Amino acid sequence: MTIDSTLPALTYILVFPGFTFLAVYGFFLQWFDRKLSAVMQNRVGPPWYQALADFIKLLAKEVIVPEVCDTVMFKVLPYFAMAAVMTSVFMLPVWTDALYAFQGDLIVVIYLLTIPTVTFFLAGWSSTSPYATIGAMRVLTQLFAYEVPLMLALIGPAILAGTWNISEIAGFFTNNKLYMLAQIPGLIIALLALQGKLERVPFDIPHAKNEIVGGQFTEYSGRLLAFFYLAIDMEMVVGVALVNAVFLGGTLGTAGLLGMAVFLAKTMAIVFLLTLVKVAMGRVRIDQMVRGCWQILAPLCLAQILFDIFLKFKLG
Amino acid sequence: MKKPGRVLGEMLENLFAKKATSNYPFTKAVVDARYRGRIAFESDKCIGCKMCVRACPSKAIEIPLSAEQPAAAPIPEGSAPVPAKKKFDCIMSLDRCIYCSQCVDVCPKKALISTTDFELAHTDRKLLRLHYK
Amino acid sequence: MTKMTIPLGPQHPALKEPVNFSLVLEGEQITGSTVNLGYNHRGIEKAAESRTYLQDIYLLERVCGICSHSHTTCYLTCVEEIAKAEVPERAKAIRTIVAELERIHSHLLWLGIAGYEMGFETLFMYSWRDREQVLDCLELVSGNRVHYAMNTIGGVRRDITPEQKTEILRRVSILEERTKYYIKLGTEEATVLARTQNVGLLPHDVAMNLGTIGPTGRASGIKCDVRKHEPYLLYGKLDFKEITHDTNDVFGRLVVRVLELVESYKIIRQVLNYLPDGPIAVKVPAKIGPGEATNRYEAPRGEDIHYVKANGTDKPERVKVRAPTMANYVAVPYMLNSGYLADAPMTIAAIDPCMSCTDRAMVYDTKKNKVRIYGWDDLRKLGIEHYKKRGVDFSKL
Repeated sequence: MTIDSTLPALTYILVFPGFTFLAVYGFFLQWFDRKLSAVMQNRVGPPWYQALADFIKLLAKEVIVPEVCDTVMFKVLPYFAMAAVMTSVFMLPVWTDALYAFQGDLIVVIYLLTIPTVTFFLAGWSSTSPYATIGAMRVLTQLFAYEVPLMLALIGPAILAGTWNISEIAGFFTNNKLYMLAQIPGLIIALLALQGKLERVPFDIPHAKNEIVGGQFTEYSGRLLAFFYLAIDMEMVVGVALVNAVFLGGTLGTAGLLGMAVFLAKTMAIVFLLTLVKVAMGRVRIDQMVRGCWQILAPLCLAQILFDIFLKFKLG
Repeated sequence: MKKPGRVLGEMLENLFAKKATSNYPFTKAVVDARYRGRIAFESDKCIGCKMCVRACPSKAIEIPLSAEQPAAAPIPEGSAPVPAKKKFDCIMSLDRCIYCSQCVDVCPKKALISTTDFELAHTDRKLLRLHYK
Repeated sequence: MTKMTIPLGPQHPALKEPVNFSLVLEGEQITGSTVNLGYNHRGIEKAAESRTYLQDIYLLERVCGICSHSHTTCYLTCVEEIAKAEVPERAKAIRTIVAELERIHSHLLWLGIAGYEMGFETLFMYSWRDREQVLDCLELVSGNRVHYAMNTIGGVRRDITPEQKTEILRRVSILEERTKYYIKLGTEEATVLARTQNVGLLPHDVAMNLGTIGPTGRASGIKCDVRKHEPYLLYGKLDFKEITHDTNDVFGRLVVRVLELVESYKIIRQVLNYLPDGPIAVKVPAKIGPGEATNRYEAPRGEDIHYVKANGTDKPERVKVRAPTMANYVAVPYMLNSGYLADAPMTIAAIDPCMSCTDRAMVYDTKKNKVRIYGWDDLRKLGIEHYKKRGVDFSKL
């Protein structure tokens, strides 16, 4: 590999759309979400630098590793989660084109997004404390609940567009804007499932603080916890960008500064919807969640897919 | 009658409503005029009966004799000597006081006064022992 | 599935005060539970014996931060009964108003806690915001927000002026409006229903056997409102309903509390409009007795019982407090068993526990795994030994 091709590749990984962009926009979205929910609850809410301040504060704290746990695994997991999320962003169109677009990258992104969840489970399981173990079991149970609706919901648009390439799906919806309306049920289901993936109310069951304290992260502290939180923030950016690209046509054909504005506005709008869900609901129980996902969301997804296939045939 | 998102209306209303949070300590909290805060002491009214010391549930008050006593008034010729009014101090231990203001109620001369002063935390323990002279 | 025992408390985000629940789990299901008390024992009953009757008011006010008026009123009713003091009607009316304001404050607080325990933070924020209205009322009447210190032997310390009356009525109507909203929210919002219905079941006969009181008992259909069945203060003259519910679960407890709020508004309006003229306190001698008295009082959490024994001096010989949470604790393991772990915080919170009201001391021997309860003589011996080590000999006393 020559220097010419390494340098841009490094920028892709470290600056855009990799680490720096994800971290900065992740912090921003975290603040945006917290500020919005505060305002909806009639509170003042945190200042703009709160997310960054929390991160720096956690970095400065002591890291405590429980004696009984697997030390290497315990320490490596947060970086693993972050790496998986950072990899998945290379396949997503942000406001520039996706770095690596190929047939089937939708499936790759979905699976890459599963890795953080698995690291959460391993984090809880390797901590060996009772709260963390219960949290880990809940992470896994929840994964089985929301993963099916999420995947089915994302498959709908792919079938309609006739491609497994995220960028091409976005392009299809940019050209056929009216078809977006037909995807609204799928979008709602995808948002709910995304809420489960990001472990936010009403699906913050794995780390429900009134029940099992910190859940899978109970034993984590300092730098390691900070990177886990950062990974969750980044996952939010990726999840929102994915929904934006698959359901809402990405930047709608715009590019450059205008494309950036469109992307930021649309992702923030999606976060607003996620915040609405978070603020308007209480936490459900794990059995209620599994039942809801399998009995209500999954059949609805199937109906959506059938409708998409029907539409596709009519389209010719 | 299950309806999800029953609070949605109120939430959206709050997007444009005034915040309920008060920005303390940047804007001062307003307490009622009859708030029971720090107890103040007026030495010239005190007669040293120590009713307050006996009533105090947390033994926060001490009423010692002042170190400097006022000079006795000049005795007019021919009349009986009038003893000078003794002067008393008050030591109020803020860390013991429970701010019930029972001492204010029992004081026969109203030498103890309840103020609305409530920001009484200190980092130095000694500062919690107020010595009114 | 393997069984796992997890501790809930004494330090746990779901608990505001230290208490320990030991839960035996099979997956998410709770198969056994025990309550361990004693983390917050402060020796208040003993301390009350070395203070005068007047000083005891302020001590007993601090039994609990939320039902501070309940404890003093109950204690003072006993003291006044022994001293044969006739409390003026106006003082009784003011006591009733503060008592009902306190009930509103406590129930709104509970509603917020319930929201928090089910992860519904918006409900928590809203109900605590609206609770400020009633706290402002209490500050207006008594000067302070939490420890009102309104009671004194033979009456109350502060009067209610006509301006205060109109202000309270104004705030009560705001609260009534909000309460209607919460009734709608609590009985219609899907996630609230999902987390409260059929949770922490306590059938009527079990509740009866375990001696459950207060809103917890009333949600199991027990008619146990002391205000109705053994009226004190002005309650005999007032028109209000005793709220009961028959769902036996956390939802029922929520409904009972929210509907009781409405009754409390009714009571406050009636008393404020009645408010007889006259003095607000009578003089009572400092030395009382000999004699003894027991009184019951409907605190926000349930029936509060105080026993006072006087021996003719200015200090009581014995003060015994039976705080409401004590009676309800017995039912908690029953409600927890066979429920989900996720419902444990809701179930515990539903009795509106107040640990500091309740705690009793006991000694737990970790080697023999036995609990030992000390009697008076044992405690005396323990105290003498304790001080002997520090060079003070009390054995001759």
